[in-house]
Amino acid sequence: MKRASLAVVLGAATALAASLPAGAKTLVYCSEGSPENFYPAVNTTGTSFDASSQIYSNIVNFERGTTNVVPDLAETWDITPDGKTYTFHLRKGVKWHSNKVFKPTRDFNADDVIFSFERQWKENNPFFRVTSSNHTYFNDMGLPKLLASLDKIDDYTIRFTLTQPEAPFLADLAMPFAAIQSKEYADAMMKAGTPDKLDQEPIGTGPFYLLQYQKDAIVRYRAFPQYYAGKAALDDLVFAITPDASVRWAKLQKGECHVMPYPNPADIDAMRKDPNVQVLEQPGLNIGYLAYNTKRKPFDDVRVRKALNMAINKKAIIDAVYLSTGVAAKNPIPPTMWSYNDAIKDDPYDPEGAKKLLAEAGFANGLTTDLWAMPVQRPYNPNARRIAELMQADLAKVGVKAEIKSYEWGEYRKRVQDGEHQTAMLGWTGDNGDPDNFLHTLLGCAAAEKGGGNTAKWCDKTYDDLVTKAKTITDKAERTKLYEQAQVVFKEQAPWFTIAHAVQLKPVRKEVVDFKLSPFGRHTFYGVSLK
Amino acid sequence: MSAELLDTPSASAAPAGPPHPLAEFWTSFRANKGAVIGLALIVAVLLMAVFADVVAPHPPNLTNDAAFLKPPFWQEGGSLTYPLGTDAIGRDILSRLIYGARLSLSIGIAVVTVSILVGTMLGLIAGFVGGATGIVIMRVMDIILTLPSLLLAIVIVAILGPGLMNAMLAVAVVVLPHYVRIARAAVIGEKSKDYVTAARVGGAGPLRLMVGEVLPNCAAPLIVQASLGVSTAILDAAALGFLGLGAQPPAPEWGTMLADAREFVLRAWWVVTFPGLVILITVLAFNLVGDGLRDALDPKLKR
Amino acid sequence: MLRFLLTRASLVIPTFLGITLVAFFLIRLVPGDPIETMAGERGIDPARHAALRTEYGFDKPLLVQYGIYLERLAHGDLGRSISTKEPVISEFASLFPATVELGVCAILFALLVGLPAGILAALRRNSVFDHGVMGLSLTGYSMPIFWWGLLLILLFSVQLGWTPVSGRIDVQYFIEPVTGFLLIDTLLSDESGAFRSALSHLVLPAIVLGTVPLAVIARMTRSAMLEVLGEDYMRTARAKGLPAWRIVGLHALRNALIPVVTVIGLQVGVLFTGAILTETIFSWPGIGKWLIEAIGRRDYPVLQGGILLIGAVVMAVNLIVDLAYGLVNPRIRHAR
Repeated sequence: MKRASLAVVLGAATALAASLPAGAKTLVYCSEGSPENFYPAVNTTGTSFDASSQIYSNIVNFERGTTNVVPDLAETWDITPDGKTYTFHLRKGVKWHSNKVFKPTRDFNADDVIFSFERQWKENNPFFRVTSSNHTYFNDMGLPKLLASLDKIDDYTIRFTLTQPEAPFLADLAMPFAAIQSKEYADAMMKAGTPDKLDQEPIGTGPFYLLQYQKDAIVRYRAFPQYYAGKAALDDLVFAITPDASVRWAKLQKGECHVMPYPNPADIDAMRKDPNVQVLEQPGLNIGYLAYNTKRKPFDDVRVRKALNMAINKKAIIDAVYLSTGVAAKNPIPPTMWSYNDAIKDDPYDPEGAKKLLAEAGFANGLTTDLWAMPVQRPYNPNARRIAELMQADLAKVGVKAEIKSYEWGEYRKRVQDGEHQTAMLGWTGDNGDPDNFLHTLLGCAAAEKGGGNTAKWCDKTYDDLVTKAKTITDKAERTKLYEQAQVVFKEQAPWFTIAHAVQLKPVRKEVVDFKLSPFGRHTFYGVSLK
Repeated sequence: MSAELLDTPSASAAPAGPPHPLAEFWTSFRANKGAVIGLALIVAVLLMAVFADVVAPHPPNLTNDAAFLKPPFWQEGGSLTYPLGTDAIGRDILSRLIYGARLSLSIGIAVVTVSILVGTMLGLIAGFVGGATGIVIMRVMDIILTLPSLLLAIVIVAILGPGLMNAMLAVAVVVLPHYVRIARAAVIGEKSKDYVTAARVGGAGPLRLMVGEVLPNCAAPLIVQASLGVSTAILDAAALGFLGLGAQPPAPEWGTMLADAREFVLRAWWVVTFPGLVILITVLAFNLVGDGLRDALDPKLKR
Repeated sequence: MLRFLLTRASLVIPTFLGITLVAFFLIRLVPGDPIETMAGERGIDPARHAALRTEYGFDKPLLVQYGIYLERLAHGDLGRSISTKEPVISEFASLFPATVELGVCAILFALLVGLPAGILAALRRNSVFDHGVMGLSLTGYSMPIFWWGLLLILLFSVQLGWTPVSGRIDVQYFIEPVTGFLLIDTLLSDESGAFRSALSHLVLPAIVLGTVPLAVIARMTRSAMLEVLGEDYMRTARAKGLPAWRIVGLHALRNALIPVVTVIGLQVGVLFTGAILTETIFSWPGIGKWLIEAIGRRDYPVLQGGILLIGAVVMAVNLIVDLAYGLVNPRIRHAR
């Protein structure tokens, strides 16, 4: 075992490292965990995407801080009027990184693009199974069905042909899974009998190259001087892997790191008071909720659902668990999304009213139910168990005895989607900013089947007609009307207790210049500098 | 995790003579100041557990939406309503600690009872029957001992699902080998002694021999191991709770309380400090008593 | 002697096989599967789920899977992590030195404090010092170390700011792993201050992990010393008028150390348990944290491999201690 450790030490790293020029700008990002590997196409976690997105470029990318798609490795593109053919004109003279086992002999070209997609798409590609054959996002975005062909027109022109028009296709190509890898490197590694290196000691065309990776400790990058858009303002970029949120904050306070993700809600106040720290914030595209299983007693009765909605003190949950990292939710979509119906009034916190409603429904002597809480922290829910404890205490006050239940995370989600619960917490983070992605995906009749994403198993004809119709129309104003109506039905029928929308909060030290929050929660460091 | 670490009598050092009269035992136990303090503490915790309903100022799970993370009374912002402050969702820490004594004591006692019963039985079988059965039993115990106990406990809890009962079961399994070894060694040591031989000649069956003759004679090391075992069990269960695998919320188990409080370590020292402190005190009390018991029951160490 | 060695070694094989069994089957009993766990809210299409299970070989009967596992094991192949896709052995190799470094330093700390304390306590039996040492060591032994670690962080890292909060070294030092032990690697590198940084990161975790062993060592040393001091040859030595330091240093200590060292050797397993908690608290990039995370992800290969490797290490150390003890003490050898 010559590679005595996972530590990936690359290139002339050692020689350079000892003599870091004085005054070199090193930004330290206290990341929350180790990346799985450096091949984003088989990963699903933001942690892994953050680690690899510094290294790779895509054909197109999201403009930093927005959801706009802008050129990256493709300078321009043409789309045929039928929306089925995309021709990309690639940038010339883009250089690849190098490391101690590989020195590129050519610039980036069309072969690399074809390789990067075929590796996820065609089972006969020699790299299809390298690292993993589970190309999650390529499949989740429906590309196997959508792609008809991908052709090289010349060295700097490629053409995608689709089976049907698909508006979000460009945005798909900007997602982390569509990162472009070097075909020349892949071939060299295959020849050397070490194909895995492609994904473990990555070579990209991005603004930073990987210098060192030590699992659970550190990821170290250095600015790539020949980056096509110009060398990064930072010289070095370091991810100090720090899983504990309190510890991340302690380090940020001490100046041991400059940026940290996922702060502890409990520490936000102190962060805002710290003169050296600035807390950036942006509402997230998400919802956390408690779903009532409308196919099971007693939650098939809308009065019981309404009563519970009135019995739970939402404000207390926000104050105790989310603190300033969340805003109370009344609709199933976040307030920043178009078609959000602000006219809707949330169910009031009214334990007496709840008792009355329960009595009306025949539960004057109370009832018992289960209350499922995720075992893990999610972006839309910082601590499901604690919320469950609060809900349990609230419900006890109106005579509802709730038993908190939890399962291992994978198991939990599966069981909830199978409808085994009476009430269960879950949530959703949007992919593309379209209300359909919430209102139809999470509450439509199609998803109410066993195993579907409609965890309330709620199938309401009126509601379903509205959101299904909205899906087929292109006129945004008309869609807005339909969605607003759907939200009214939702509130009346109360399949969920809507808890909160989490706010993305990022404490950043004041010496950091021009760090931008990503709507997708990613962390991009090209363009950032230090005072 | 490591009761055997203490210089407990190895079974070979088990007392050989006739059992001590209670009076003599009490005299020598009382001479040990530490043990008496330990006993007093245990009695205090026990009383707290039994009379929790009366002693505790608040119900353990009652939340107060107006009093999140209030400090203890002597600090600014604290009040005597919540003498040791409140936790993140406004529950009285003192009351939770008092109710938690129930859980921790039951854990300690239940784990030790189960592991002594099962462990002694397996040990007696291994010692008496020997042969393939004995070898299999002891090999399995070796395997359990080889794996880090907490790791094994975590895997067991992962299989059974997190929860108080399952955590107790997991802890009972990982401490089992200690009892099996003690019992087996005692049996092997006693087996060849005259009184056993005499009983056997007198026609006593193996079961009667085991239970009637040998067991009482290896009781001393088992009792010592048991009192130390309670402390180990409480610690282990708390460790599981700390990793989120023990008692589940809202149960006021001390380790679980600590786990829940961890994120407030920078902001509210009291939610982290007190649960740990009561774990320490309770465990220490049982260890003190265990020490005293050993000194009192083991004439060899009593110089 | 050879026979003793062979007998002891032959006991290892069934235990090791037993551990492979435990590692394999126990983990399959854990509900949930790694593919579902990785899928998140989105879930995974049942057809692709089935295809992936086939690819990982999870669809085969358990016994067949176990056979395949043993066969690969015989070739030294522990498989790959399902979440990172890295070979289990290389992940282990990269993280293990951190755990060993922590463990060794913890034991050193325990010895450095525990031995003198135990010796002095024995020499001044029933003095205030003796009672103090015994009381403190019992407290240390009763310590919930996960809480102890938090307290020390609060005091030394947060309040006083003397020690770093977590990690193994400040990020500005770029140390190429040679041995994997940072204390050594930093000395090999020419970065000034790196060794100090590594050491300051190690202090608190080592103290926390060393607390329980410290208590045990102090108590063991004391009782071993008392026993030795009461032996005839000690009385003879004293009667001969040998100076006190020679009696203690040469005769008593040497004899008292044997049981102490044995106990330390036999406690590697216990140390691993402590390491799991210590690493969790201090974000120490070692084996304990790795395994805990693997349980959360249902990463079968990592768990199987990790349990097996840890079992192997514990068994190896136990065997060495056993053999060494047998060498020192022939009575044991013959007794078996």
